[in-house]
Amino acid sequence: MDYAANLAMTLPELVLALGAIALMLVAAWGGPAATRAVSWTAVVVLAGACIALTGPASSGGSAFYGMYRADAFAAFAKVLIYAAAAVSIIMAPDFFKRTAGDNLRPEYPVLILLSACGMGIMVSASDLLMLYVGLELQSLAAYVLASFMRQDTRSAEAGLKYFVLGALASGILLYGISLVYGFTGSTLFDEVAGAYAAAPLTGNGKAIGLLFGLVFVFAGLAFKMSAVPFHMWTPDVYEGAPTPVTGFFASAPKVAAMALGVRVAVEAMGPAHDQWRQIVIFAALASILLGAVAAIGQQNIKRLLAYSSINNVGFALIGLAAGTPEGVASVMTYMAIYIVMTLGSFLVVLQMRDEDGQPVETIASLAGLSRSRPGLAAALAMFMFSLAGIPPLFGFYAKFAVFYAAVEAGLFPLAVVGIAMSVIGAYYYLRIVKTMYFDEPAAPYGRGDAVEGGLIAVAAVIISPLGYLLIPALTAWTLAAANSLF
Amino acid sequence: MIQAIAFYLFAAVVLISGAMTISSRNPVHSVLWLILAFFNAAGLMVLVGAEFIAMLLVIVYVGAVAVLFLFVVMMLDIDFAELRAGFVRYFGIGLVLAVALVCEILIGVFAWSAGGIDLARRAAPSEATVPNIVQIGNLLYSRYLFVFEGAGLVLLVAMIGAIVLTHRERSGARYQNIARQIARRPQDATRNMKPDVGQGVQL
Repeated sequence: MDYAANLAMTLPELVLALGAIALMLVAAWGGPAATRAVSWTAVVVLAGACIALTGPASSGGSAFYGMYRADAFAAFAKVLIYAAAAVSIIMAPDFFKRTAGDNLRPEYPVLILLSACGMGIMVSASDLLMLYVGLELQSLAAYVLASFMRQDTRSAEAGLKYFVLGALASGILLYGISLVYGFTGSTLFDEVAGAYAAAPLTGNGKAIGLLFGLVFVFAGLAFKMSAVPFHMWTPDVYEGAPTPVTGFFASAPKVAAMALGVRVAVEAMGPAHDQWRQIVIFAALASILLGAVAAIGQQNIKRLLAYSSINNVGFALIGLAAGTPEGVASVMTYMAIYIVMTLGSFLVVLQMRDEDGQPVETIASLAGLSRSRPGLAAALAMFMFSLAGIPPLFGFYAKFAVFYAAVEAGLFPLAVVGIAMSVIGAYYYLRIVKTMYFDEPAAPYGRGDAVEGGLIAVAAVIISPLGYLLIPALTAWTLAAANSLF
Repeated sequence: MIQAIAFYLFAAVVLISGAMTISSRNPVHSVLWLILAFFNAAGLMVLVGAEFIAMLLVIVYVGAVAVLFLFVVMMLDIDFAELRAGFVRYFGIGLVLAVALVCEILIGVFAWSAGGIDLARRAAPSEATVPNIVQIGNLLYSRYLFVFEGAGLVLLVAMIGAIVLTHRERSGARYQNIARQIARRPQDATRNMKPDVGQGVQL
């Protein structure tokens, strides 16, 4: 085995892992005083990992005897993941500085780096073993991040809930993996696909084992992307975790889980297309419906955004249900636009603080924001309209892409039902806009941070109709990514 | 011949020490019997040619797990007589569980002989001539290198997480500063005084 060539393909993960270990040493000796330096260095490390993607890491093919895939699909997902992780690091210091209780410690950026490393392994995995190790690395760091505010009981509760349910999901996934391994004789995606293609998937005997394995693997993955019926942890964890961490949970791990799900569905279980399509269609429709209906009664903006993320995962899964290269490309397009919208929304949530700088999370406190902070209100209104998929904002194009792919694949009923349900979802997004623009003003918020304001502006520009200028580049990139899977 | 003698010796000692583990009255003795059982199980593993598992048994189970058991048994005040009190009451359930386990073993054996699991398709079929430590090493540091290091990172995250969530800076705690202790010279720490007679000493 040529170690240099193999390691060159895994360069982004090497950069992240070694960077995280080095920063951990700085954190150990520097203590809390080093937080600022460690945070900015971590952002630089993430940028370095992005640069490392330009080499063999995006075009090298297979490494480690086919266990690791360095292709355009992995590279695209990794760019999204690293960008979301960098934003999550940048938006943390101001939140922790102003919020009473725990201070930011340098372990925060280090854990985000390690989590990003795990997500990179997830999206590049072409072996069930690699998949599991990446998933655990990502999840374990996420459990710690969820309970990062030790003095806040809600944060501790969120961490514990996430950990217990995450462990359950890992168990389900592992059970599925062991069944797949037992009945196919291999953990490599290629050989698993070969076994699925060779065995008849109806009738008794081996077929039942193969199908059970498929169902359990998809159930475990659905938990990680918080698709219904494995979504129950999402609102509680999103509400309890510190807001920058919630922003992180809603963006990067979602992209990683979705990309992993796409790769498993296409590369490992492609021959069992008809079997997993039923699961994906059910999860998509159930997520869209529950995300839309359950969000209506929410009073807390973070819980509302949690249901919004469930809802959006449902739309992205419609693209996967199509199962064509165009469908996969639409999933990646959707996730790219989704993380911009969701990170923008969470950046606005970070600005919601009272005169003393303490965070406020009720939707009612947004009342009259258009008069006290017109710029902020306009940005949040744009994010909400975009999440609802209302043209001419960029979120419309994301939904258009997945529905177009579904129609092209002949899934008319799915597309029609999905579009009808998205109208239900629009209701609660519009309720926030109505609260900001037409209700009597509540107590105004305190001033925000300049860096975060800049990030909000960038996100708003991407989401605005100006974002349509990105479509040719985005289409070319996602199609190249999708074609590398087929 | 000598292999057969060794097998029956190890097997007999495993069975006896296993029985003693659950029947001895003193919990510390139970753990010691358990350690004996581990050693003899390791001997059995060597006999079937799985020397890596034999070493793991000795290093991990005897060296770490059993010692941890000993600590726990010695530090916690567990009344084992009380734990065993319900033996007759739960005997029925225990019997059912035992029968279920026997059935699982039988099903497993028959499933194995029925085929279905295609061992020839394994990712890395083993050769009989190469010692299995060499084989495992070859696989861990070539094919599974990345996953192996990834598992190491998972453990690192677990360690960082445990420290992040539980470590607290205690204000007012006095720590030993070894460098300062060593750097301290006699002339800094002692004074040579000549107190006058009858005047007492000045501290």
